[in-house]
Amino acid sequence: MNAAGFPLLSLLTFLPLAGCAIILAVRGDDAVVASNARWTALWTSLIVFALSLLLWVRFDQANGGFQFVESLSWLPSIGITYKMGVDGISVLFVLLSTALTPICILASWESIQTRVREFMIAFLVLETMMVGMFCALDFVVFYIFFEGVLIPMYLIIGVWGGPRRVYAAFKFFLYTLAGSVLMLLALLAMWVAAGSTDITVLMKTQFAPAMQTWLFLAFFASFAVKVPMWPVHTWLPDAHVEAPTAGSVILAGVLLKMGAYGFLRFSVPMLPDATAYFAPFVFTLSVVAVIYTSLVALAQTDMKKLIAYSSVAHMGVVTMGIFTVNVQGLSGALFQMLSHGVVSGALFLCVGVVYDRIHTREIARYGGLADRMPAYALAFMLFTMASVGLPGTAGFAGEFLVLVGAFQVSFWLALLGSSGMILGAVYMLYLYRRVIFGAMTRDELKTILDLSPREIAIFAPLVLLTLWMGIAPSHFTGFWDASVAHMVDHHQAALAATIKLAGIVK
Amino acid sequence: MFAIAVFAPLVGSLVALLLGRQIGDRAAQIVTIACMILASVCGVSAFIDLVYNGVPPGVISLGTWVEAGTFRVDWALRYDALAAVMVAMVTCVATLIHIYSAGYMAHDNTIWKFFSYLSLFTFAMLMLVTADNLLQLFFGWEGVGLASYLLIGYYYDRPSACAAAMKAFIVNRIGDLGFALGIALIFVVFGSIGFDDIFAGVSKHTRDVYHVFGRDFPALEVIGVLLFIGAMGKSAQLGLHVWLPDAMEGPTPVSALIHAATMVTAGVFLMARMSPLMEFAPNALAFVAIVGGSTALFAATIGCVQNDIKRIIAYSTCSQLGYMFIAAGVGAYQASMFHLLTHAFFKALLFLSAGAVIHAMSDEQDIRKMGGIWKKIPLTYVVMWIGSLALAGVYPFAGYYSKDAILEAAYASGSLSGAYGFWCGLIAAGLTAFYSWRLLILTFHGAPRADQHTMDHVHESPAVMTIPLILLAIGAVVTGAIFHEQLLGEHWQHFWGDSIRLNPANHVLHAMEHVPHWVTLAPSVIGIAGIALAYLLYMGMPFVPGQIAMAMPGVYRFLLNKWYFDELYNAILVQPMLRLARGLWQIGDVKIIDGMPNGVASLTGSSSGQVVKLQTGSIASYAFAMLIGLVALVSIYLVFLR
Repeated sequence: MNAAGFPLLSLLTFLPLAGCAIILAVRGDDAVVASNARWTALWTSLIVFALSLLLWVRFDQANGGFQFVESLSWLPSIGITYKMGVDGISVLFVLLSTALTPICILASWESIQTRVREFMIAFLVLETMMVGMFCALDFVVFYIFFEGVLIPMYLIIGVWGGPRRVYAAFKFFLYTLAGSVLMLLALLAMWVAAGSTDITVLMKTQFAPAMQTWLFLAFFASFAVKVPMWPVHTWLPDAHVEAPTAGSVILAGVLLKMGAYGFLRFSVPMLPDATAYFAPFVFTLSVVAVIYTSLVALAQTDMKKLIAYSSVAHMGVVTMGIFTVNVQGLSGALFQMLSHGVVSGALFLCVGVVYDRIHTREIARYGGLADRMPAYALAFMLFTMASVGLPGTAGFAGEFLVLVGAFQVSFWLALLGSSGMILGAVYMLYLYRRVIFGAMTRDELKTILDLSPREIAIFAPLVLLTLWMGIAPSHFTGFWDASVAHMVDHHQAALAATIKLAGIVK
Repeated sequence: MFAIAVFAPLVGSLVALLLGRQIGDRAAQIVTIACMILASVCGVSAFIDLVYNGVPPGVISLGTWVEAGTFRVDWALRYDALAAVMVAMVTCVATLIHIYSAGYMAHDNTIWKFFSYLSLFTFAMLMLVTADNLLQLFFGWEGVGLASYLLIGYYYDRPSACAAAMKAFIVNRIGDLGFALGIALIFVVFGSIGFDDIFAGVSKHTRDVYHVFGRDFPALEVIGVLLFIGAMGKSAQLGLHVWLPDAMEGPTPVSALIHAATMVTAGVFLMARMSPLMEFAPNALAFVAIVGGSTALFAATIGCVQNDIKRIIAYSTCSQLGYMFIAAGVGAYQASMFHLLTHAFFKALLFLSAGAVIHAMSDEQDIRKMGGIWKKIPLTYVVMWIGSLALAGVYPFAGYYSKDAILEAAYASGSLSGAYGFWCGLIAAGLTAFYSWRLLILTFHGAPRADQHTMDHVHESPAVMTIPLILLAIGAVVTGAIFHEQLLGEHWQHFWGDSIRLNPANHVLHAMEHVPHWVTLAPSVIGIAGIALAYLLYMGMPFVPGQIAMAMPGVYRFLLNKWYFDELYNAILVQPMLRLARGLWQIGDVKIIDGMPNGVASLTGSSSGQVVKLQTGSIASYAFAMLIGLVALVSIYLVFLR
């Protein structure tokens, strides 16, 4: 069986649905249902999180392959199995999803007052989809979860969002769906060529270089939108601005990682020649993303938009790291994905705190909060610094490892790709100055309250995680070291084989 | 013991930060100061053990930090002479400044926060100087940057303080980018960023080349320049100096600790720490000496016309840092560290006594509104004299030994960059003496220019402030004479051990003993001439300086406005960046990317109309079009034409 002794991954994936069933079963007046839904959702997500900690404990770091593997025959006639498993690359993202979900539920405790039951159900379904996506080892299963994520997220933005929620939800849905159609085609093509949709089989299949190019482009269309890479990023700020706080946290924390995860799971290992071929193109887009969106972030007047644009810039660093395909670049990209998940999630929660009090995200409406909200100012400062990449916080190790990885590719890539170090400081400190520093002049701020115990409970784990990831990043990188080394070796062997083949043909 | 010296300030900082409001200001002060005293006792005894009692140097390992493949970095404390001397100096000066702050900040509302930040800074600085690898040094480097940001912006309700804090952080980040790239290149060349690995590998990599800007450069030279760009940011050298004068928005003890004695010298420390590598990068060193010399002179010229007491001392700091880089640039790292040490004492003294003056004058900082107070605050007056004498390099005060050593080394190096550094430094020595006495005379002598109310309140500071002043004054008198022979003499290796390693061809320490007689005398003569000129102009004929300024309004305004650096940067960097940012957002994102579907639809209708519309006349839309074109071209070039 596997290291847990029971189908842990399937349990993690589908347990939230059991929570949904309980919530659906509750009857009574609205207040009872709402309260019940909140508590059930919280407990479900906490149990899922506690179970997922088994992955942290039992995962064998020395093993670069897939672990906790489960396999069930599903559609044997066409070679599709229900297969789950995690390796070093995916395991921590499962944990990230299960850790952020209870935090999000807690963050929605008071801010969501309408259709609470439906909101909690949507959130638990979302958790199922996210966990399932990171665990899937069959392409069809992956595709189902990958697309399935869209539905609860679409509803969360479209139903509980801000004034322009319908526009934002449609834009989010259409952008991300447009790419997916091409991925479906790629999936079919791979199935035809390899005769299987098992990801472990596909990783060992060598696709012809010409075919790789087309497959790569199809994948790229889907993943680039999800990351999102410049210039297909404009759905993200709108989605963030309209989404409720918890939606933004999951969107930034987990959903943005899906594109990068797709590159790591499919494009790089399965299409080595095309990856090498298109790497300069991806680098160019990444560098543009870093510089362009950092500048755009600087011009924002809406807090959430500013952080949304900063996410695009940070994800530019991730895509840059992935396509260096060396150990430092990949390891840095993975760490940056993880730290961005924590830090940008925390920053959206910071926005949520003041939004719940003053009901505006306009930066100009704030100022001088440090006087009345010292604990909030301290937490916000920590996450700001983590976003800027200060050593000792979560944001540093990933950014620096990508810099080292990029330097092995080209000086200019490293220089331009790291310019986010400066620009990030500019827009984040500018934000902090306008919101937290300054004199308090507005009357409505004079009675603003500092963090409540519930909010402290939300921030405390994120603060600890941010510091832990900053002081001992090796506790995290250890999970994927073996997998990353394996991926780099595999990539280089594949490229060498192609060159050899080309030599014979000539 | 060494570890206690490093971590005690962190404990103090965390206690004050997390429990400060519960335990109250007084308790927070006591805890942080007690931790600092503990740290300085441990720091000094660790220093004495190592240098005088023969305890061997070593590395205290604290566990793995970052690991990815062959890239492995540990948390570790390096215990050698360079680290130990810095730890001893930093903990001592920081302790005195903590104590002084108890008096200076007595009327503040959030004393616990101030002391927490101050201790946090000390911890970060100690991590910087005890780092065993470049990444931990970078941790300390950014950590002091954060503490500096927080402390400059301590009075966050003042817009100028917020702006200064941001400016300091961002300008430093520009340098840090160079530093980070330097670290990455070291990893690429050496396969490690631990100091021992780097230093052991230098001789193997002297012929390595790195291809950039279309040609090959020696890899070590590129590394040297990149690291120095980092040092330029932190140590406020010409071009990246703009943040330091503005940093005076912070409370005065902060200026003394961070922006004079310790943090700004981190760049100098970096050069000394990397001496085994820098020694094999002669062109990078020449660049260091030239930038250092230019800064020494440039900052001194500005110091002569400023009117804010703290800004004058800030420009003086900038200028003195230039001296230290001159020394590093000619391979006399010992001399640069020596000046770093003496400067820490006399510059902290000057800032703190300036603080005492400001305190006495009811928070007035403009020296045009002072004067005639020397009888009322005699102790402050005396220690300020001592600090100025040390700064001007008058025998036998500390600055005499270290500044002379630097100028002699620059002359003795025989290189062109050394000669440039020498002449810049020599002229700057005269200017230094001039602006120091201008400051002294305008502040303390002449007719009182403050209003009667302020004058009535002029009083000597409490003992908690004056005792640190006296101790620092003693340091400013004796450190030069005590350490001169040990640090720079023939037997310098007894003191420094292996922590500073020279190229076998580097004989500058030896050669500086044999410079012509006039070279040894010139700094003192020029210094005394500067003092005399200041005395003549401001004491003897106080109406003359105004007339000189009237006679040469262009020069005066040029200097008063600090060579227009801020205006220049604002015009060529800040404003265009903000305009570009707005343009990219509103035109790039909103109109073009989001407008694409609409654009496609209407293009089918009348394409000619669209072409006309493309010529919008907006720079941002052209920039966007260029960007698209650039991406397309670069991609085509890279992907298809390889």
